Amino acid sequence: MERTTLDLWVGAFVVAGFVALAILAFKVGNLSTYNVSESYQLKANFGNIGGLKPTASVRSAGVLIGRVTEIRLDASRYEAEVIMSIDKRYQFPRDTLISIQTSGLLGEQYIGLKPGVDEEMLKQGDEIRQSRSAMVLEDLIGQFIAGKAESAK
Amino acid sequence: MPIVSSVKRVGHRAVDTIWRIGYSTRFFGLILLHSGPSFRRFHLIIRELFFTGVMSLIIILVAGLFVGVVLGLQGYETLKSYGSESALGTLVALSLVRELGPVLAALLFASRAGSAMTAEIGLMKATEQIAAMEMMAVNPIARVVAPRFWAGVISMPLLAAMFSAMGVFGGYLVGVVFIGVDEGSFWSQMQGSVDFQHDILNGVLKSFVFGVAVTVISLFEGFDAPPTAEGVSGATTRTVVQSSLAILLLDVILTALMFRGL
Repeated sequence: MERTTLDLWVGAFVVAGFVALAILAFKVGNLSTYNVSESYQLKANFGNIGGLKPTASVRSAGVLIGRVTEIRLDASRYEAEVIMSIDKRYQFPRDTLISIQTSGLLGEQYIGLKPGVDEEMLKQGDEIRQSRSAMVLEDLIGQFIAGKAESAK
Repeated sequence: MPIVSSVKRVGHRAVDTIWRIGYSTRFFGLILLHSGPSFRRFHLIIRELFFTGVMSLIIILVAGLFVGVVLGLQGYETLKSYGSESALGTLVALSLVRELGPVLAALLFASRAGSAMTAEIGLMKATEQIAAMEMMAVNPIARVVAPRFWAGVISMPLLAAMFSAMGVFGGYLVGVVFIGVDEGSFWSQMQGSVDFQHDILNGVLKSFVFGVAVTVISLFEGFDAPPTAEGVSGATTRTVVQSSLAILLLDVILTALMFRGL
């Protein structure tokens, strides 16, 4: 069996197809943003997580440092328990403040970490104690209207 | 009695349809059963890959570019009124990868390659080449049909991926280069919302299913065509109509299974 120009064309076609798939996976999709470097797990409890979803980003000072891996309801406290994996290169003090924030008014929600001043650092599996729940727009509007009604009296 | 004859005709068509469904299912089974020899003689599949895949390349790439450009323009017009032009990348990429890429590529594939397959096999049958093969103890399904089937099934996901990639490029061209949406937010919002497993792999799975459906319909129509000029032309028309309907129906089913708003 000999090599023909047909083989060349078909080979180029198959290569182009897989290149297109790779472009879709890495440039269009999120395969490149999955952390391949080593990570450690942290967890935190929130009264309300709003619209936070698994794979949401974890940021500190706006820099992407990890992702939310799991969200479940802590049935003993009726609070949301969020587990996230953080890049091993970044360590945070024990009194770090964790909050759920929104990019833009209607953008997606992410977790923001604000480091404290403690000497001791958080380790694998630790829980961040100081948490601030998501800002739920409806609650805010409700409070605003209630406040108006108070001041009108 | 015109009523009796029209009832007869309806009944005949219904029975004929069920007959054809059964026959085509058996045909599909026979293709799978006789696939072994065509994989051992892989140059047959390579040849068909050239005719179905490589020759469809230009129409797929050009159509993908145009669809991406239109999505970019229309999406920008709509998103502008909500002040969220930066979500243009998300809109273009998600609609292409999930829906338009697989579906439009399959529709183009059905009319470009599927109709050619039907006409080729129908004409082979009309000129008694299929019968001649059987006379020489060559199984026409293993020699003619199965290589075409596998070539179609292999090339369909690749063509759909190229369509989507080209469409995203078209959206980028219009959105970022011409209109001036911020390039960083275009790509980062896109990457933030397109999930590899949920969106891209499901799109590939869709185009694989469409590839199976289109090639089986095209090959069956060719194989089943009456061996006359009208028979072949009718079979070619039926291929395009039926595979287009099959693609859209399968898309409804697959979308309902894959994206249930979870």
